[in-house]
Amino acid sequence: MRLGVDVGGTNTDAVLMAGDTVAAWTKQPTTGDIGSGVAAAVTAVLEQAGVRHDAVSRITIGTTHFANALVERRALERVGILRLASPSGEALPPLTGWPADLVASIGERVFLLSGGFEVDGREIAPLDEARVREAARALRRDGIDAIAVTSAFAPMNAAMEEHAAALIREEHPAANITLSHAIGRLGLVERENAAILNAALSKLAVRVVDAFGGALQSIGLEAPLYLSQNDGTLVPRAQAAAHPVTCIGSGPTNSMRGAAFLTGVDDAIVMDVGGTTTDIGVLAHGFPRESSITVDIGGVRTNSRMPDILSLGLGGGTRIHLDRALWQAAAPDPAALRVGPDSVGYRIARDAFLFGGDTLTASDVAVAAGHAAFGDAGRLPPLSAEVVAAILARFRQLLEDGVDRMKTARGDATILAVGGGAFLIPETLKGAARVLRPGHAAVANAVGAAIAQVGAQVEKIVAYDTVPRPVALEQLRAEAQARVVEAGGDARTVQVVEVDEVFLSYLPGRAAQVRVKAVADLASNPSSVPAVVATSADVRHAH
Amino acid sequence: MRIERDTLADLATGAAFLGSGGGGDPYYGRLMAEAGLARHGAVELLPLDALDDDALVVPLGWIGAPTVSVEKLPGGHESVAGLRKLEALLGRRVDAVLPIEIGGGNGLAPLAAAARLGLPLVDADGMGRAFPESQMAIFNIRGVSACPAVMTDAGGSTVTIEHSDNLAHERIARAVSVAMGGIAHMAEYPLSGREAKAHAIGGSVSAAVAVGAAIRAARQAGGDPFAALYAALRASRLYPFAGELFDGKIIDVERETRGGFSLGRVQLEGFGGEGAMVLEFQNENLVARRNGDTVAMVPDLITVMDRETAESITTERLKYGQRVKVVGAAAPAMLREARAMAVVGPDAFGLGEPYLPIEALNGWTTS
Repeated sequence: MRLGVDVGGTNTDAVLMAGDTVAAWTKQPTTGDIGSGVAAAVTAVLEQAGVRHDAVSRITIGTTHFANALVERRALERVGILRLASPSGEALPPLTGWPADLVASIGERVFLLSGGFEVDGREIAPLDEARVREAARALRRDGIDAIAVTSAFAPMNAAMEEHAAALIREEHPAANITLSHAIGRLGLVERENAAILNAALSKLAVRVVDAFGGALQSIGLEAPLYLSQNDGTLVPRAQAAAHPVTCIGSGPTNSMRGAAFLTGVDDAIVMDVGGTTTDIGVLAHGFPRESSITVDIGGVRTNSRMPDILSLGLGGGTRIHLDRALWQAAAPDPAALRVGPDSVGYRIARDAFLFGGDTLTASDVAVAAGHAAFGDAGRLPPLSAEVVAAILARFRQLLEDGVDRMKTARGDATILAVGGGAFLIPETLKGAARVLRPGHAAVANAVGAAIAQVGAQVEKIVAYDTVPRPVALEQLRAEAQARVVEAGGDARTVQVVEVDEVFLSYLPGRAAQVRVKAVADLASNPSSVPAVVATSADVRHAH
Repeated sequence: MRIERDTLADLATGAAFLGSGGGGDPYYGRLMAEAGLARHGAVELLPLDALDDDALVVPLGWIGAPTVSVEKLPGGHESVAGLRKLEALLGRRVDAVLPIEIGGGNGLAPLAAAARLGLPLVDADGMGRAFPESQMAIFNIRGVSACPAVMTDAGGSTVTIEHSDNLAHERIARAVSVAMGGIAHMAEYPLSGREAKAHAIGGSVSAAVAVGAAIRAARQAGGDPFAALYAALRASRLYPFAGELFDGKIIDVERETRGGFSLGRVQLEGFGGEGAMVLEFQNENLVARRNGDTVAMVPDLITVMDRETAESITTERLKYGQRVKVVGAAAPAMLREARAMAVVGPDAFGLGEPYLPIEALNGWTTS
């Protein structure tokens, strides 16, 4: 059985999956020490389902912890930054454009060293081994263990970053090294930024992952631990501890993936209605469509893979603005009515009429209309049928507009309604073929974590004049598939989920930048995953 | 006017819009200019008509592949090395610099060198927007030689091009940029002050700053950044007509490369399925057709922008599913003259339809 846990700022959700069904689920408060909340949630689902600990084959945790640490600038390491690209790039040294407080907390230990590759594979300059060693020794002397290494065109050729890492380890065995090619794609500044953030999180990541591991051990759960990444795939715990930045925004992705799994629908629009907003995302082949703009993490520009989410100001706690004198009007003036965008948020349990307050919220109106039944309907103020209808029409208009803005194909889409406020989504919507409301929608994020697959991607610049396009694409697909299997994927379930091709102007040979992503179910037989074991051991050694 | 650190963000926003979908993302150019200004102080923006007739004025810019430029970043010595070489060739000092094209990253390219050498930046450029090739500069259209031109790269290479034909210069420069790793710096079309005043597109740098400032101010005030953009363009007088051509989402992007150019076709659909637009691009957006009717064509400006933030989206970043407004603006008058049409008009890009001004196609009037 698979266990999925989502550790949010407020709640820790857990689900236990027996095959494709949810055997048990729980929502528990997140605890300050993280671990005990996870232990409590896991214990609760195991007891509910009445299964033994050894029936759990794996556990996947998604967490917002790393993102919060960056936003709050806490528990960040000082980072030694090595860039292998000189003489190119010296005009834009690392940390250019960063917020001053973040620069202050990670320090400015920057080494601009010769190296890197050209687009055609030549070296910009050879790696200066002596200076890499010198930098490593200097960082060791100053007690800086977190080191980020970035070389030009590393996503195409990682050899120089790996060579540098080997040299650093010889001089500074305790170094905790982040290599940019493992983190990001083309775009040196954004990839380097992500690598530096990753290095800054390295000790915290080990602590958090160890807290998870310790919590599971304390309750006698020995199943392997994985963390879910921003793109909906999972990584073994050691790799997550090494690459926390790839696990920074898994929440919305897990929620969407969970919704797809619970309904069996892979291509749909997911509407996740919370207390304050409705987050709309698009699922294509079971994965969230990614944002095409650069992603800002803690005030720093990165090119991390994040889902494209449209947030509307409509949730269960959204305030309805209409003069009380008009609440029983037979023909309410549309101009006098406004829905949100402000919300009572978590204070709904005190402020909404349903709970004894005197603020009119979206939830009050939904209960008045008979679309939901919770709280004390007897406390609702008298609202005319026309006023209720006018407010519901406004909700509908907001939601339909949102669906239309996110939709990218002609024809009607399937809507998956999840989240605590999903009752705000009507049974029919313009642009929607159908609205599905999966069971366990409130813990869709934990389901998304539980079902996460292994992923891998390959990125190359290919000249189609040299290698014909179909041949080149096939080679890249095969390479991505091989990497998934290497990372522990079950070869029988490998699937290419994304092929992204950008033609490059002003380069000879009809060049294109191609990125291929493949996923697979985790192989159940541990002996078939030697690569993961080797990677984990290596990473552990590096700590 | 002086260009201070705070002006750079506005200049970058304005240059991205004037790029008409090309010229690359000005983000890196802005960071580099910021570093240059932080180290050496603000740069004077010199009105075009304030140039001495016998001044030596040099347009600067980067040539190469935008994809390479985000990975192989500038070393920082390229533009100064190019200017020094040009000074040696011409036997005199450079008095001022300007961007070869205001659109995209090149709009900010000369700032770092200007700050470092203490030279003024002329409030003018050579294209009034972005174009894919060097000979599309107004200086070529007006018969000025591109040479001597000097190309430099991060590794310290310097190549001087001497040729009487500006088309040959472009072909050679393109090949040199590939040999230099796909991205290179170029100082070209060295001008006398008299030539600059007669032929450069004056006021384009300050127009870009004004456009960026208008968008920023509208965003901060919670107002409509698009209304602010149109008003700023019209007020510039350089781009006297501007407005929305379409509002919708991208439902298809087809791309191919031919002759080193990134060509493509974008299909948009209005919200609620109402109306359709097709854009064709060759690095920059070339033509916009709404429900089958042409509503804008090169050299007039066509820029796709995020419909919420008014951020300009370059053609290489156009993607299925983006929710955008397509914005059009009249090109500067110098680009609409008969001799310019042959070089930067619809025929020059093989569009096979006669040029009609954007204001005529859309019934726009000044006001």
